[in-house]
Amino acid sequence: MSAQRRKKKTSQPHPQDELLRTDRLPHIWCPGCGIGTAFSCVITAIKKSEIPLDDIAMVSGIGCTGRMAGYIKLDSFHTTHGRAIPFATGLKLAHPEGSVIVTSGDGDLLAIGGNHFIHAARRNIDLTVICVNNFNYGMTGGQQAPSTPFGAKTTTSPIGSPEQPFNFCALAAACGAVYVARWTALHIRRLTVSITEAMKKPGFSFVEILSPCPTSFGRRNRIRNPLELVQFYHERSVIRNNIDPQEAALDFNNNLVVGKFVDTERPTFLDSYRLINRRELGDWPALEPKVPIPDKQVSG
Amino acid sequence: MSGQAVLTGIHFINGDEACCEGALAAGCRFFAGYPITPATEIAEGMSRRLPEVGGIYIQMEDELAAMAAVLGGSWGGAKAMTSTSGPGFSLMMENIGLGACTETPCVVCNVQRAGPSTGLPTLVGQADMMQARWGSHGDYEIIAISPSSPQEMFDFTIKAFNLAEQYRVPVMIMADEVVGHMTERVLIPPAKGIKIVNRKKPSISPKKYMPYKPDSDYVTPMANFGDGYHMHVTGLTHDERGYPVMDSATQEQMISRLVKKIRNNAEKIIDYDAYHIENADVVVVAYGISARSAKRAVMDARENGIKAGFIKLNTVWPFPEKLFNELAGNVKAMIMAEINMGQMVLELERCAAGQCLVRLVSHAGGAIIKPRSILEAIQATLKESS
Amino acid sequence: MKYWRDPLDLGAIQVSKGRVIIIEGRCKGCEFCVTYCPRNVIQMSKAFNIKGYHFPEVVDESMCVNCHFCESLCPEFAIFSVAIPEKN
Repeated sequence: MSAQRRKKKTSQPHPQDELLRTDRLPHIWCPGCGIGTAFSCVITAIKKSEIPLDDIAMVSGIGCTGRMAGYIKLDSFHTTHGRAIPFATGLKLAHPEGSVIVTSGDGDLLAIGGNHFIHAARRNIDLTVICVNNFNYGMTGGQQAPSTPFGAKTTTSPIGSPEQPFNFCALAAACGAVYVARWTALHIRRLTVSITEAMKKPGFSFVEILSPCPTSFGRRNRIRNPLELVQFYHERSVIRNNIDPQEAALDFNNNLVVGKFVDTERPTFLDSYRLINRRELGDWPALEPKVPIPDKQVSG
Repeated sequence: MSGQAVLTGIHFINGDEACCEGALAAGCRFFAGYPITPATEIAEGMSRRLPEVGGIYIQMEDELAAMAAVLGGSWGGAKAMTSTSGPGFSLMMENIGLGACTETPCVVCNVQRAGPSTGLPTLVGQADMMQARWGSHGDYEIIAISPSSPQEMFDFTIKAFNLAEQYRVPVMIMADEVVGHMTERVLIPPAKGIKIVNRKKPSISPKKYMPYKPDSDYVTPMANFGDGYHMHVTGLTHDERGYPVMDSATQEQMISRLVKKIRNNAEKIIDYDAYHIENADVVVVAYGISARSAKRAVMDARENGIKAGFIKLNTVWPFPEKLFNELAGNVKAMIMAEINMGQMVLELERCAAGQCLVRLVSHAGGAIIKPRSILEAIQATLKESS
Repeated sequence: MKYWRDPLDLGAIQVSKGRVIIIEGRCKGCEFCVTYCPRNVIQMSKAFNIKGYHFPEVVDESMCVNCHFCESLCPEFAIFSVAIPEKN
């Protein structure tokens, strides 16, 4: 290819450049890592949501996925390990007009940050939480995570992990998330739709992305080639929308169930906070049914 | 919004409640906390008062989350605070470091109890003083102030918010159990009479905005979430653009500014009260509840014909180095009274630089220091120095 | 494009045409775009970019239907497609 032709090709900016800190590219993610694709889907979803860009913030913790916040040209906060959700909680509550996206890895969100995750879901804080699950701690070289499949090798489980992983989607749903979906990094259209829906949903929305980490996870588990790894996830994925996420545990020998599992409504923390403090709901246990409350709680 | 933020008038309230009223008067509209004795009354007060003035109270799942939420609240544009005691203060340290690194204005009130670990949850201590300064890893500077009465809990909480907003730094209120639970007369002035400082906002266009480019006072104007500046804020070492840069030159540039921001403005930040130090032979130094015992002891010593003076530290960090370095040349001895096994006395020794005797009156916590112990220490120290 | 039978409105349908643009310097050579391009518009080049990776190159631009799949999939923001306006 001639130099002249190359020059011509790079003259036009990439359509995602308007939301990228292009002066920071190339990003740190390895060749074949799925985080870049997930990031691209997040940017597309942000544009599709039509929420004014000044009103969107991205908050992340530590780890490979945590670096997303550093590349997006929006108000963006790269916080401490595991604390993206509580930081985002403060950000959202102090600026309720804003739309806050949390991007985080499996270890950051559900190991060190697990307690914050379950409580933010319980309170139904209006956040969009995007978890890129690559089944290990990629940035530190591939250690065992709460998502590492039973028996999979990591640097801290060199023979195989003796632990059972979480089913993140089931956990989110059990804690009260109003929107729960899971896709692989190859389901780009469905993933983008899910992120857009999650952003527009008032309340705690959770989108899990199964993403290849060829450098750390794939290499130790005999799928070193990025393409093979992304295909492995995609080929084993089975779309089953609206099923109970309890039934969607990841089974690498058979099916990786993906889909939109939960899409429901529940008053957010701020809705309830305002109503209660305006004394519009009366006293417990005979609360006014202005906020939908499960039958069990009312009947005592 | 039905309630008044500034409850002008004379009140009979405890120190923790005075802290709440001070925060509201200073403009605090976001509180994230976790209950812990003896700071619980601050959370309780805020949960009742904040909704009345259109603010947000949220009880988080732990102090790690509380501190993170306070930083988030501050970037969301609110004046934000939390309150805690020893064990919770330890958990907050991680995000206090993030607050120092990202220059996030916020206030942390530590109503100190005796430690370590669970220690004496209901009894007084002053042993978190070094933790306030050095508790988070890495190099940074912090501001800490120490109230010694419910009135000062009110006044100093306003002062803490003003310092936090002016210097973009987490400010610690190092109170203690006795001050927190002591009920006294508190005068709340009219709102007009309260000096309020707000964070410097950027005046240039978002395209030209460099979130960490300082003005001449080493402080950078701060854009909040939603202001349209699209800034990046990170706990990684960052340059003036706010971008992470992993090299020693950027580290040098960032840390030296974080440190200079406080050290070079120290004379403006430092606040203390002095009694009879002009012709004193011995000066007692104290802060928080111990300052009240010390003042009594100094008055008693004066009645006994001893030329004793007294300095009450209102700001404990940054430590008034210049003051004590000069004073040490004019007196025979300085005595630090504090409820720990010797923390701020180390600073006093450093500043005295061998010019005079430096002694400590202390105990390990659980009770205040009796004025008699301090008086005896004054007499013993004078004997030792002559 | 081959069909098992010709759609009745085949003559009326305008298949959109696209042009693939590659920002070679950003590519890290993962080959996602080449593997998943539904129309086999691109292949990996034998040349290296400034970072030392092979990058994709266009084999047959006339095949591109501007579906943007490569653009959405690329983790490096290194490839995208733009519509070529219809001539008539």
